[in-house]
Amino acid sequence: MKHINQFGIILGITFLGEMIHSIISLPIPASIYGLAIMLICLKTKVVKVEKVKQAGGFLIEIMPLMFIPAAVGLLTAWKELKVIWFPVVLITVLTTVIVMVVTGRTAQAVMKKDGGGKN
Amino acid sequence: MKEFLTNSVYFGVIISLSAYIIGVKIKKKFKYCFLNPLLISILFVIIVLKILKIDYESYNSGARFLSYLLTPATVCLAIPLYQQLELLKKNVKAVMIGIISGVLSSLGSILAFACFFGLSHENYVTLLPKSITTAIGIGISEELGGITTITVAVIIITGVLGNIIADKVCKVFGIYEPVAVGLAIGTSSHAIGTVRAFEIGEIEGAMSSLSIAVSGVLTVIGASVFANFL
Repeated sequence: MKHINQFGIILGITFLGEMIHSIISLPIPASIYGLAIMLICLKTKVVKVEKVKQAGGFLIEIMPLMFIPAAVGLLTAWKELKVIWFPVVLITVLTTVIVMVVTGRTAQAVMKKDGGGKN
Repeated sequence: MKEFLTNSVYFGVIISLSAYIIGVKIKKKFKYCFLNPLLISILFVIIVLKILKIDYESYNSGARFLSYLLTPATVCLAIPLYQQLELLKKNVKAVMIGIISGVLSSLGSILAFACFFGLSHENYVTLLPKSITTAIGIGISEELGGITTITVAVIIITGVLGNIIADKVCKVFGIYEPVAVGLAIGTSSHAIGTVRAFEIGEIEGAMSSLSIAVSGVLTVIGASVFANFL
């Protein structure tokens, strides 16, 4: 029963996220509303972390698998991508590195200034 | 045999699963960063489909059940985040400034490159949501008049790329604080990058998860402003 309950809570919150998504017309998906609801539920102890930990851990562990179908689907997008692939791929590679470096270095600089960090 | 495989409900799932297991094994054995499990499994599935001459639709009729779990899995990212809530509170300023500067650098650099390459407005807004999670990215691209199929392709390429290069980029550019590493990965390469962040560590994974949500929402606002610039 333990895992059924856990999976039930997770799907229940996902469904709630889906409902909010259908009510509010913003381009924010059900998963993000669900993530926020789950965080609030855990914080307010409406849902104890032990009640979702195993099933949640399982879903997070198999998450990489969930991206394979969409990525293989790039095959079908190739026809449209072909025309502008060079600037698109170059921009994608460069901006990904830029964003990673800017975010990481900025956060780290603020942490150092404030004397934050792990300890 | 081919007919059986095209009609099988489990073929798409089992081939994806085997491909990933093979990817992890190869990565363990050789330890080069470009031998990324996700990249190997994507290429493996593409090659198998090509050899067996199975089209994407038949593969996806089974494999889509894997994608189906993506929404509840994203909801579950709140669990590791909750477990790092104290750390988040302590570093809330660094977290917010880090993610905001990341989102601005994403939109700003895309604008700069789009001008440099003389991209049309349509192609420019197609690229704008490239660093955020697919579900939000499609919505933005659609609203701004972009080409959604290309947006999805670019988002996935960004994610896989982030997953592959995260370790190297952080090392080369001296990003070593676990909080900063997590934010850098999540803000630049959303959920697919976050997979790598969790492999690096709990804190990295939690911060990367947070970045998916925050940078996604900030990009909704930012992209609608930046769309007017070209």
